[in-house]
Amino acid sequence: MKILTGNDLKTGDVVWWTGESWSRHVSDAAEVGDNSVDVIAIEEAARRATAIYEVAADHTAGGILPVHIKEKIRATGPTVRPDLKLAPADPAAGSWVI
Amino acid sequence: MYKYDHYDQAMVDTRVAEFRDQVERRIAGKLSEDQFKPLRLMNGLYLQLHAYMLRVAIPYGTLDSRQTRMLAHIARKYDRGYGHFTTRQNIQYNWIRLEDAPDLLADLATVEMHAIQTSGNCIRNISSDQYAGAAADEVVDPRPFAELLRQWSSFHPEFSFLPRKFKIAVIASETDRAAMRLHDIGIQIIERDGEIAARFYAGGGMGRTPMIGPLIRDFVPIGELISYSEAILRVYNRYGRRDNKFKARIKILVHEMGAEKFIAEVEAEFAHLRGLNIDAPAAELARIKAFFTDPPFEAGLPDEIDRLDPDFAVWLDQNTHPHKRPGYAIVTISLKPIGGIPGDASAEQMELIADLAERHSFDELRVTHAQNIVLPHVRKADLATIWGALAEAGLAEPNLDLVTDIIACPGLDYCSLANARSIPVAQKIARRFADQQRQRDLGELKLKISGCINACGHHHAGHIGILGVDRKGVENYQLLLGGSGAEDASLGQITGPGFDEDGIVDAVETVTETYKTLRADGERFLDTYRRVGMTPFKEALYG
Amino acid sequence: MAEPVEEPAVTLDAFLDQSNATSVRLEEGEDARALIPHLDRLSLIEIGFGSFGDGRGYSAARILREAGYQGELRAEGDVLVDQIAFMRRCGFDSFAPERPLDPEDAARALDRWSEVYQPAADDRTPIWSKRHG
Ligand code: HEM
Ligand code: SF4
Repeated sequence: MKILTGNDLKTGDVVWWTGESWSRHVSDAAEVGDNSVDVIAIEEAARRATAIYEVAADHTAGGILPVHIKEKIRATGPTVRPDLKLAPADPAAGSWVI
Repeated sequence: MYKYDHYDQAMVDTRVAEFRDQVERRIAGKLSEDQFKPLRLMNGLYLQLHAYMLRVAIPYGTLDSRQTRMLAHIARKYDRGYGHFTTRQNIQYNWIRLEDAPDLLADLATVEMHAIQTSGNCIRNISSDQYAGAAADEVVDPRPFAELLRQWSSFHPEFSFLPRKFKIAVIASETDRAAMRLHDIGIQIIERDGEIAARFYAGGGMGRTPMIGPLIRDFVPIGELISYSEAILRVYNRYGRRDNKFKARIKILVHEMGAEKFIAEVEAEFAHLRGLNIDAPAAELARIKAFFTDPPFEAGLPDEIDRLDPDFAVWLDQNTHPHKRPGYAIVTISLKPIGGIPGDASAEQMELIADLAERHSFDELRVTHAQNIVLPHVRKADLATIWGALAEAGLAEPNLDLVTDIIACPGLDYCSLANARSIPVAQKIARRFADQQRQRDLGELKLKISGCINACGHHHAGHIGILGVDRKGVENYQLLLGGSGAEDASLGQITGPGFDEDGIVDAVETVTETYKTLRADGERFLDTYRRVGMTPFKEALYG
Repeated sequence: MAEPVEEPAVTLDAFLDQSNATSVRLEEGEDARALIPHLDRLSLIEIGFGSFGDGRGYSAARILREAGYQGELRAEGDVLVDQIAFMRRCGFDSFAPERPLDPEDAARALDRWSEVYQPAADDRTPIWSKRHG
């Protein structure tokens, strides 16, 4: 599947496109299909997220995860600081990481 | 140390106000990301893999305790309790919010600090020798010249949209502790017949096409430091390539034009500019120099040190360096604990270091390009106390210039340009070589790791260098041997096919073991490599 | 700021080939020094900025002012509000941005810097000279 990621304009937090809004959790990401270009244009103009781009993702046992290691790390946090990691499956993660 | 007057303060305060205005316009939609990006970059604000990242300038690597405490405060208030000291003597914070950035910069400005020109295609923070003012081998303290260049280059109206970034280093001794010849401009302050002058190198750099800068003028009268620098920058601004950002650094211009032609262009521009009276008045350099006079060193201090504690003795031998004054030493605080993240320091560690500097080093400390911290002026009698305090905070690793004193860029854990992670590789290598006896037996060995071809971790200049590459979506590591960023500058050569994460750790060990069988008496790894060449190492690695 | 000149500017090649034109347009990459023998008869030099990140026009402007050019020096093209203060310091005295600037933002940008660190093509005294009277 294809999903969109970007950064929250004001906070810089990594965010994922849910189909109508942005979430800090990659597990909320929605398939964008062929709409990337349009969604990116509209959302950049809306100034909620910035630096938006498309990535390939898979459904995995742990939920949706990007295919490439770079976006995997982007989704879950630096591998060398487990204390700062965002565990996508942990409902409380958003509050303790960000 | 240099202190701002009301002019310097006004410039920094104005910049904070300007950036506040720019951030407001970005959030209000008056600036697109494309338009905002160069503006935020000129204030050191990147958008990285996880968040905005802020790079704060530490001019010529010098800090006092008040500033260091502010860095700790910023780590706590605006980030997640830590910062990363970089190979360009700056500090980076990884988790900054755009909406907080103006307040953060305002806090920094209260201690005469800023993030001006720490990124973007402009003249960057000017780096220098971390032992400046304390080393026995320097001609003069290089920092006043770096400070003059800082003023000249700040908000330079002609050179804020260069083809690419521009980095300057200034040293003043024959020993090069600042990788001077790997900078866009490297300046060595020299003395000839009693006259202080500047020797200029230009066109060095790392990145995807590493080059050692050629000498372009042996003697620039110190009163013309600015007009000569301006001449180089103008030639670069006019003729540097803008069609391809990978070929836009001055090193490519010097290379493609040829050093001779480049020198002729600079000389012609210099002949023109030196008539325009653009240099600073001599009184200004004198004013700046007055800030860098020696602190009130005590005379008659003892040189003897009680070496009874064996751990202390090891640290003493490894992490202190001779000072120009009897009774004093230069201390390097390693930010490379075994298994730690090279260059990272927590807010608490920064505060401890600030306390030590205030109490024991005339309130001064330095950041080194090897991502360590230096206390430049310590009484030998205080060394044991300092070591005790450092040991308690996990900062007494006795590994300066040894195999575990690894330079590593942030790599894929933080950097959106990365191909592979650098930090975990550094951690694994450090653990493999944790045994202190073994490290010391291997002697000076500079290991440097970059997560991609941009070479922020100086891998070309490592005695052993490691470069992270992407092999079909999997992290892979190339090994380089024989680089040096010192006065004997050289560029490392790739050994052959790359290795996976564990393979590269084994490969480093194979190289060090091979060195042990080949070394002659007193030879460092680099010396042996230069004598025997690549072949025996290649055979051992790929055999 | 000077009264803007209305006459259309000709290309550098056309200007050097003929002519009695009194205004010329320089593109990035064209050598400003080629105009130096003709500065007396010029009343407008327009310097094009195809993209705001291409800073060659700043050097071109300063070179012309250093050579004594007194006429109008216009920055045309991708000229952004955050650049005009630098441009003015390099000798530009008029701006023709392809996207209009907000006049308030522009005024604020031009007034912002009360001091300067280094000499340029304007007559402002750098801080390092002010410090020593
Ligand atoms: C994490 C964000 C960073 C980004 C996006 C970044 C980007 C880059 C890029 C694109 C280059 C290549 C420039 C060229 O060759 O034209 C480069 C070079 C370099 N960077 Fe970084 N860098 C980052 C972090 C760092 C860090 C943490 C350090 C210090 C440890 C650093 C120090 C350097 C140095 C020393 C070079 C090579 C020297 C040279 O400019 O030739 N950078 N960086
Ligand atoms: S070398 Fe590459 S991976 Fe490392 S910090 Fe620089 S750009 Fe990022």
